[in-house]
Amino acid sequence: MEVRKEKSMTLQKDMFANHFKRLSRAGEEGRKVVYTFVPGNLNELIRSFDMLPVHPEINALQSAMRKKSANYIREAEKHGHSEDVCTYVKCDVGMMKTGNIGPTGEKLPDPDLLLLSYTGCFTFMKWFEILRQEYNNPPTVMLQVPYQSDGKITPEMTNYVADQLRDVVVPAMEKVSGTEFDAEKLRTFLASSARAEDDLVAILASAKNKPSPIDAYFGGVYYIGPIFTAFRGFDSCEEYYRVLRAEIEERVNNGQGPITPEGQMSEEKYRLVVEGPPNWTSFREFWKMFYDESAVIVASSYTKVGGIYDNGFRHDPARPFESLADYCLGCYTNLNLPSRIDLLEKYIKDYDADGFLINSIKSCNSFSAGQLLILRELEDRTGKAGGFIESDLVDPRYFSPANIKNRLESYFQMIDAKRRTVRNA
Amino acid sequence: MSVKQIIKKCEQLYNDIDLFYVQEWKEKHKSRAIGFMPVYVPRELIHAAGMLPVGIMGAGDLLEIIKGDAYFQSYICHIPRSTIELGISNRLDCLDGMLFPAICDVIRNLSGMFKLMFKDMYVKYIDFPQNFLKTLGGNFYQHELRTMSDDFSQINNVDVNRDDLNRSIKLYNENRAVIKELYDLRSQNPHLVPGSELYLLMRASNVLEITEYTALLREYISETVCEKRPQRDNIRVVVTGVFCEQPPLALIRALENSGCFIVDDDWMLGARFILGDVALSNDPINALADAYLNHTVCTASKYDQDGNKGAFLIEQVKKAKAEGVIFAAPSFCDPALLERPMQQKALNRENIPYTSFKYSENTGQFQVIKEQTGTFADSIKLWGDS
Amino acid sequence: MNCFIGIDLGSTTSKAIFMNEQEKFLGRGITNSRSNYHLACQIAREEAENNSRFSLLEQMIRANPRCKKIVASLMPWLFSRYRLSEYNAQLRALRDICATDLNAWKDPVSVSLYREVVEKILRQMAEEAVLFFQSGASSKSDFFRDIATSQFMDHAQDQIREHNGKITFDRLIGIFDRAIIRVESISFARAFSENIDFAYRKVSRLPEFLDFKDDIYQAVKYADEQEFNIVNIVGTGYGRQRLPFDKKQLRSEILCHGLGAHYMFPKTRTVLDIGGQDTKAIQIDANGIVENFQMNDRCAAGCGRYLGYVADEMNMGVHELGPQALKATKMVRINSTCTVFAGAELRQRLALGEKREDILAGLHRAIILRAMSLLARSGGINNEFTFTGGVAKNQAATGALKKLVLENYGNIKINVSPDSIYTGACGAALFAGNSK
Repeated sequence: MEVRKEKSMTLQKDMFANHFKRLSRAGEEGRKVVYTFVPGNLNELIRSFDMLPVHPEINALQSAMRKKSANYIREAEKHGHSEDVCTYVKCDVGMMKTGNIGPTGEKLPDPDLLLLSYTGCFTFMKWFEILRQEYNNPPTVMLQVPYQSDGKITPEMTNYVADQLRDVVVPAMEKVSGTEFDAEKLRTFLASSARAEDDLVAILASAKNKPSPIDAYFGGVYYIGPIFTAFRGFDSCEEYYRVLRAEIEERVNNGQGPITPEGQMSEEKYRLVVEGPPNWTSFREFWKMFYDESAVIVASSYTKVGGIYDNGFRHDPARPFESLADYCLGCYTNLNLPSRIDLLEKYIKDYDADGFLINSIKSCNSFSAGQLLILRELEDRTGKAGGFIESDLVDPRYFSPANIKNRLESYFQMIDAKRRTVRNA
Repeated sequence: MSVKQIIKKCEQLYNDIDLFYVQEWKEKHKSRAIGFMPVYVPRELIHAAGMLPVGIMGAGDLLEIIKGDAYFQSYICHIPRSTIELGISNRLDCLDGMLFPAICDVIRNLSGMFKLMFKDMYVKYIDFPQNFLKTLGGNFYQHELRTMSDDFSQINNVDVNRDDLNRSIKLYNENRAVIKELYDLRSQNPHLVPGSELYLLMRASNVLEITEYTALLREYISETVCEKRPQRDNIRVVVTGVFCEQPPLALIRALENSGCFIVDDDWMLGARFILGDVALSNDPINALADAYLNHTVCTASKYDQDGNKGAFLIEQVKKAKAEGVIFAAPSFCDPALLERPMQQKALNRENIPYTSFKYSENTGQFQVIKEQTGTFADSIKLWGDS
Repeated sequence: MNCFIGIDLGSTTSKAIFMNEQEKFLGRGITNSRSNYHLACQIAREEAENNSRFSLLEQMIRANPRCKKIVASLMPWLFSRYRLSEYNAQLRALRDICATDLNAWKDPVSVSLYREVVEKILRQMAEEAVLFFQSGASSKSDFFRDIATSQFMDHAQDQIREHNGKITFDRLIGIFDRAIIRVESISFARAFSENIDFAYRKVSRLPEFLDFKDDIYQAVKYADEQEFNIVNIVGTGYGRQRLPFDKKQLRSEILCHGLGAHYMFPKTRTVLDIGGQDTKAIQIDANGIVENFQMNDRCAAGCGRYLGYVADEMNMGVHELGPQALKATKMVRINSTCTVFAGAELRQRLALGEKREDILAGLHRAIILRAMSLLARSGGINNEFTFTGGVAKNQAATGALKKLVLENYGNIKINVSPDSIYTGACGAALFAGNSK
């Protein structure tokens, strides 16, 4: 089967390869390395100090896609980590304990700074406490991002985060990098971010077309790759999204469906909205289950964990710290349950979905706790069929293909049967 | 009252999942009640507004979960299930509000579920500061406290002033002092204060009006020192990890029967969260915030800013002259289970022995746990001094 | 005759249903799934075909005014003698395989000794079989493996005693175990003509049926010669992916259970199915179309398989658990439906002096409690409710369910059908018929 390689795919591959190369040379080149998380990441700020970010979740998911996570998790469990807790953490700890070899086969540098952006996930805090102990107390800075418990960002919340940036995060970065904070540099990066964000919004919104030119979940995780990680704020990132957007617009004009690892999708039988992260250990197998049924994901909440941009938020050079604060505050996992339901409901309607599916992840209580209520509420509000499957991020022990396939099949046949009764009525 | 009567009263309150005590209190005082989840909430604010703070620690093993399970996957801990079950079965109807302190993502999301499921209830998620600078976390937390205090005033139609707050702070200071006295007594004479009795006494803090509660604790202390109880050849342990989903009473009994004196613990931690007194001052909100920032226990849901993991636990062990630590954690409890390996590493450095197990609030079988802690106790007795 | 077939390949048993163009049941078949779904599918289907022929035979007899008086007694006789013929064929195969196996042994003394013993046991089994397969005889199982195993065990004990240590139980059972697996993979169902002929000859000789010899013959002939034109087959159940069917001929068991339950009880809106591997709570609309479903997650706690573990732990047969639990005078509360912990908890309860039946009663309730939470998850019970699957045959389970439904949802009509094990296959047959 011939799989088309789009230009954007090559661009992204090169971006990540270069990034990991730079990381492997960080020691000899004297560049400082900041470990930090994807949701609410402060890429522009980190890069304004010419430091390089490492994202442990990305390492974990890459390990899973390379089938290494099972051993890493076992290694961590051998060191006393419970089988009950987040497998991202255990995969990361296991990788560290076995030499910290990154996805490109090169060793990752130790952290010069642990930047604990505490956004939308309690485990982040424990994770970096663990790393801090493991790395013998490197400089560590906590950025607390309050939870949007009442469904909105209040001025106090923004100020609290912005003040922490000014008074704690920036001084820590100055100290570690030995560089003075350069406000102008930060603004330049933020302006670039906003331009790429415009393109990302257009790209994800393209799924409103019929057929959708993209898969906004399985394909979506690739589309968010650069902007959610080390590249936001850079020319290469802007270029990537420009190219990708053009490619997708061309697909729309040609009436083409998404490109998948199995080839281009020729038919769009089901349009779905998906809530929850994907499984990474059997990512391709998982995707194929949808491909085989001609099901396209038109919107997903997972592609919003590193920022929700379709509500209008943009990084803003005019208010650098405040917009960074709002960015952190606005990530999907930092929304309360009612807001998450509202957002998913909106996606189901705006993207004219046939139904929605929840992939409930054992590791991730931030996502998972309450999803059964989300399921019920969405069914009530939209009248659309809701599906529920369970798996895990990077623990292959919790991906049962037969079980998931069985549920998916039942789910799709349920939509079919519903359609037929509507037609016959 | 005799010790027996006091404990019986506490046990009745412990078993009162229908919250009859709260209903009667409300009726009698023509006032309202605000519920809260573990670990810590500033109960002084509720009290100052003339309301009764009511701790909801799930339903333990007292309630069969029929519908609560429908809301949670099998890999989520037990306390949210029983809490939802209490809600759906109308047992929380007598509460005019529910507070959800920032402990973990499950309790956090539970706050959103309560907002959706119990629309008439005041539901508040309390985001505690994880930055401990007065100008940053302090400011933010003061705003949280003021918001809550204003909300409580509104709920109960009262104007809470500085004096009200200081009066409440004073009562809670007294209460914390008595609790400390009780814990010190147990640490010195563990056979006089069995773990199960202490636990029941602490559970009473969930509902009893604070002056009544303080008086009850005082009475227990003065009574129990006169009791004739046999000395036992038990080892001294600190139990840790039980700060949120509480162990069933039978589990605590099982631990003691297996040969352990529990000389410190972190159950019902909220009542002991603030160390020492909250200052009585012109700005009580500021005083409460200050106490939180500077004088609180270390526990898994609170960020360890000093990077000195395990120090607090080791201090507990030394102070209580404990010979070992029992890590008890609810199954699927992220905070406790993620904390555990870090603390164990710290204990290893100090050569403090430990053992660990998991439970859930409705665990019904203790044979395996007893076997384990019994062996732990024996091994310390045999080789402890070598 | 045109007909439609539904096949449900479950984890423990495989079921097949024949249905005519009027959506009426013709016949049904069931067999152990073993690990071979192909074979299970074939056998279940042949069983269903034979069962259909029996139905036709019975219809023919009923339609004959002369036979009015004998219908009730005749059919059980015909059926049991038919099964006897089948059983004898199976025993013959068992004997042949044992003999071949024994020939491969190296020690000639043992060979002759064990051969003699095995032959003797099998002969006794055949003699006894006449008593098992007669009208009115009750049997704990319809499966060849179960009946033959229990017979063989009994006689093996006698033989060992008789030979006073010269033969060992392990070796003897080893011979049997190896052979019966191979017998199970042979289909005996195809020999309908032969078996019904045997049954006819035996039964028509009985004094009460002598006068009706010709009537019976006509009916037997009609049933035997009937041709089934299979218009469509639909498969469902765990093993369905392994069936050599086109994708269009496969339906998920959720849909099939929904439709099957609707067929059996048209007013049903909620279906609970507790099978060997999983538990499903299904909400259906007025046409039997699935609106919502929930299945147990990765963990198989509270499924039929759990009862299997418990039975092993208590050294009982699975089918004995329910009746034993019904004898309970109080309910022991069981907290864990975790299969892994089941053993420990049971042993602890027994050690504490709790009575078996009281523990079992608590355990059935615990299983149903798990199901209750799935039901709640799927949307609760608001209207007529149907309980299906292997566990629905267990009276202690149905009792606990009825009680909990009443307590939590009020007075709801609850259906439990003796045919409930065929619900999935029935739905599949309906899908085959109208390609809904």
